[in-house]
Amino acid sequence: MSALEPERRTLLAVDDLHVHLGASHVLQGVSFAVAEGGVTALLGRNGVGKTTTLRAIMGLSPRRGRVTLAGEEIAKLPTHRIVRRGVGYVPEDRDVFAGLTVEENLRLAERNGTARYDLVYGLFPELRERAGQRAGTLSGGQQQMVAIARALLNENRLLLIDEPTKGLAPLLVTEVARVLEQASELATILLVEQNLGVVHRLARDAIVVDQGRVVHTGPARPLLEDPALVRRFLGVSGAAV
Amino acid sequence: MSTFVLLTITGLGLGAMYFLIASGLSLIYGLMGVLNFAHGAFLTVGAYSSWWLSTQLGGVGSDVLRFLLSAAFGLLVGAVVAALVELVLIRPLYQRHIEQVLVTVGLSLAMVAWVQATWGPTERVYEAPSWLARTTEVFGARVPNDRFVEIGVAAVVLVGIVAFLRYTRYGLIIRAGVENRAMVTALGIDVRRAFTLVFAIGGLAAALAGVLSGVYFGGSIDPDRGTSLLIFAFIVVVIGGLGSIMGSAVAAVLVGLVQQYANYYGSEYLDFSVLGDLSVVLMLAITLLVRPSGLAGKWSVAH
Repeated sequence: MSALEPERRTLLAVDDLHVHLGASHVLQGVSFAVAEGGVTALLGRNGVGKTTTLRAIMGLSPRRGRVTLAGEEIAKLPTHRIVRRGVGYVPEDRDVFAGLTVEENLRLAERNGTARYDLVYGLFPELRERAGQRAGTLSGGQQQMVAIARALLNENRLLLIDEPTKGLAPLLVTEVARVLEQASELATILLVEQNLGVVHRLARDAIVVDQGRVVHTGPARPLLEDPALVRRFLGVSGAAV
Repeated sequence: MSTFVLLTITGLGLGAMYFLIASGLSLIYGLMGVLNFAHGAFLTVGAYSSWWLSTQLGGVGSDVLRFLLSAAFGLLVGAVVAALVELVLIRPLYQRHIEQVLVTVGLSLAMVAWVQATWGPTERVYEAPSWLARTTEVFGARVPNDRFVEIGVAAVVLVGIVAFLRYTRYGLIIRAGVENRAMVTALGIDVRRAFTLVFAIGGLAAALAGVLSGVYFGGSIDPDRGTSLLIFAFIVVVIGGLGSIMGSAVAAVLVGLVQQYANYYGSEYLDFSVLGDLSVVLMLAITLLVRPSGLAGKWSVAH
């Protein structure tokens, strides 16, 4: 944080988070804080526990530890109550309901009668045209639009977005990045993303996880622009830019 | 020709009862992954509750009114018992499938034992409107009127469940929950309410099957009725496709018809009286070998 930038409030704090999946101790005391506003990237090699961290925050994986949202402890709440406190989730595999139409997928996500259809149809005009189409018949990119639209439909404070550009064509990657940039003006985003170009474009802060622990936190750009750090923490050659 | 017509309509009546039991079983398994062996107990409890009230009503009103009142009571008891079973026994064992099976099997045995201890192990005469026992001639066959009621009721229940699943918010939640329960909760929805609702709907439909079985099986009910029908309902669910209401409906009709035809023609021409049950098991085996996900495929709730 620069000296001129005002200190930002912590929106999400994760403290000593542990997850056991079968015999594996996947998260081994993950701790980090996400400041309010903008995009914080959660980075790391494949299989280090990024998705598990998001799922544990959501209460979708059995976990131990403290998770607070704007100061309120949410680790003991069931998933639906965490969501109702203003947390939107876009899972890694999109998890759209294949047998439901696009419109039904969105209607299911409505909370409190304040659904922002104008916003989501403004961001994704194609979804309005395909409202009556079964989500299972959509392309991967269109399914990703549905998954992101569900999270943006309600006024959320925090969005947990897991690999939104995974498997998408380059043009769609740019499109998704554009949408996430706009979304970050509406809510704080904790983003798991392998495409470092997208991370460089969007993220203000970065958290690096390795073998179930946080090994680095700080501003995203200095990390991504340093080939040595990128190689050391993310296991890829060269910088993101 | 008249024999074939009689067998067809009787088979459809039997299929109607299978469907009423299978619809709840299918939804419960599809949404919650619970193999509910206590489902037959809901049928038995509904049938006996209905029979009990009919014995208390004495000469109140007409026989039709007494039948409708006692049937409504049986349905209510079936729905409430099913909802309580979900809340008290199933919910604490959420995602512990082995324990759920043990609990539902245990409950099924306990419920039958309780009914036997309370009302005796033998059949009880189930009073129904006299019109139901009379016959109507269809293409030369004299068909008992209750068959038409069973088929009509099952058709109404089918349309009702499909409309509920397609046009209501809870129906939407159930259809989505059958596909991906975790993602439904990740949209801020308390899916446990849908669990209770599905159990209640299943219990009500099973109790309805119990009431109608009292008419279908010669105006009597017995403590083992639920258990014996449940086996065929499970087969219907597997053949139809787990979680699919329309699949269950089609499979119930097929199983009911095949069972009736095979029973009659097996006895008549082959002197083989259990061909009906054997045919149903054969249908199950063929389905599992050729199309393991059932007629409707996997997770296609209202389709």
